[in-house]
Order: sequence, then structure tokens, then C-alpha cells
Amino acid sequence: MIGFWILSVFLIASAIWCVSARKPVYSVVALLLNFAALAITYVGLNAEFLAVMQIIVYSGAILVLFVFVIALLSSGVAPFAAGPNRLPKAIAPAIFIVLIAFGFLYYALRDSSVTLNVLKGQSQLGPVGTAGVFGSVADFGKALFTVYLLPFEVTALILMVAVIGVVLLAGDQTPYVPTQKHARQVEREMREAILKGGER
Amino acid sequence: MTVPVVDYVALSSVIFFIGVAGVLLRRNPLVMLMSIELMFNAANLLFLTFARAWVNNAGHIFAFLVITVAAAEAAIGLAIVVTVFRTEKNVDVDEVRALRG
Repeated sequence: MIGFWILSVFLIASAIWCVSARKPVYSVVALLLNFAALAITYVGLNAEFLAVMQIIVYSGAILVLFVFVIALLSSGVAPFAAGPNRLPKAIAPAIFIVLIAFGFLYYALRDSSVTLNVLKGQSQLGPVGTAGVFGSVADFGKALFTVYLLPFEVTALILMVAVIGVVLLAGDQTPYVPTQKHARQVEREMREAILKGGER
Repeated sequence: MTVPVVDYVALSSVIFFIGVAGVLLRRNPLVMLMSIELMFNAANLLFLTFARAWVNNAGHIFAFLVITVAAAEAAIGLAIVVTVFRTEKNVDVDEVRALRG
């Protein structure tokens, strides 16, 4: 309980720091702290595999990608000039939207069975990490590769489409069009080079 | 040693709204993308909370899929930012006018 409150204070503080930091690099550091705290929260929720995935995929892959792009964009010119502060104009609609959303949440959770469920200690579910126990890696893997095999394969497809899209968007922009004309030109150049070599 | 589900829901929605505020208020597309990651993570936290509450690992699977989609989204978003920066030499979302509707 105490751990949950410490973690939630840490999560909210790092999220606010991430959103309000002046330099994007500080945002990345704040996001890293946020993801680490979230991974600890996942362990508390019996999701050990997801906690490790959180560290590997988010902190290891996505944040490194962010750092690379920030380094790429920040070299040479300064693309992030300080602009006018938008907060004063936006604060009233923001509070309005948040109140409406929390109202919906309260209405949805007001007297549902969800509020009656409590998260008990891990001893209720057996020792952590053993096969067949809820949340263990074995349990997760069995479900992923039997019942949820199709979503898993679709995810692989999504990732491949994303990679192709990224290469098309940000890859080498010079077009490579191997036409017959080019092939003939290459052939001619090669023949000339061979002839020249023969003369020597 | 019990934490009510509602506390997790409240924590998740607070993080989600911080992410929404980041997307709406910041003009730096990188920080906007990071705010989107915050929102993804708030959703993931809810998935795992309810998976734990109803001892059902479908939520774990779905959180896993969300992580993958978030990775794809970050890669494509950053590629778009880099492409815009290449042509405009500027990535301020208020200044970039090439795609104005």
C-alpha cells in the first residue's frame, strides 16, 4: 500500500516533468524514470514478463530512438525556439475536460463490481515465477502461442509494415531505377574499362 | 497489503490526462510523441490492473500488443519528424505549414 503510494507519486511527478521540461532531452530522462517506476508497478501486479518487456522495449528501444532523433535534430541549427506560453489560454478548457472525464469514470465505477475487487498480496496466487501461476512467463507464453497466436502474428505484420514505412519515409531519398538504358550504359562503361585495361 | 482497483484507475487516468495535456500544450513534436507514449502506458497499466483483478491473462496479452503497436507508432512518428525537419529545417508544429488543411 505504502509502496503503491510512493510509486504513484513518483509516476505522476515524472510524467509532469516529462510534459513540462524545457528541453526534450530532459523529457526523455523523465520518461525513463516514469517507465522504470511503471515496470516496478507491473511487478506488483503479477506481470513480471510485461515488466521486463517494459524495460527492454520502452527504455531500451523506443527511448534510444527518441534520443537519437533529438541528437540528430539538435545538431547545427536549433529547431526548438521558445514560443508563447499556451498554458493560460488552455487551463480553463483543460479543467473542464478533465472534470467531464472524471465524472464519466466516477459514473462508470460508482456501483459496479469493479470497485469491490481488491488486489490481494501475491501469496494468494502462489510463489512468483512458477509455471502455470497467473502472470508467470510460462503462463504468458502458453497463452500467447496457443489462444492468442493470430494476434501475435498480426503484430509481426504490423511491425513489418511499420519498418517498411519508416524506410520509405526517412531512408535514402535518391531514387534507384534500374532500367534497360542504365543496364546498357553500365555494360558500355564496363566494356570500355576492360578495353582500356587491355591496352595498358 | 491491499490496494483497491479504483486507486489504480485514478493513477492511470491522472497519467493519461498529463499525456493529453502534453499533446495539447506542447509545440515540440518529440515531446508530443512522448506524451502519446505516456498515454499508451496509462492504458497498459489499466489492462494489467484488470487482468490482475480478474486473474485472467488476456490483459497481459493485450498490453503486450499495445507495447508493440507503440513501438511501431514511435518509429513512424519519428520518421515523419525527421522528414519534416529535412524539408522545413524546423519542426515547430505551429510553424510547419506544408500540410495545412
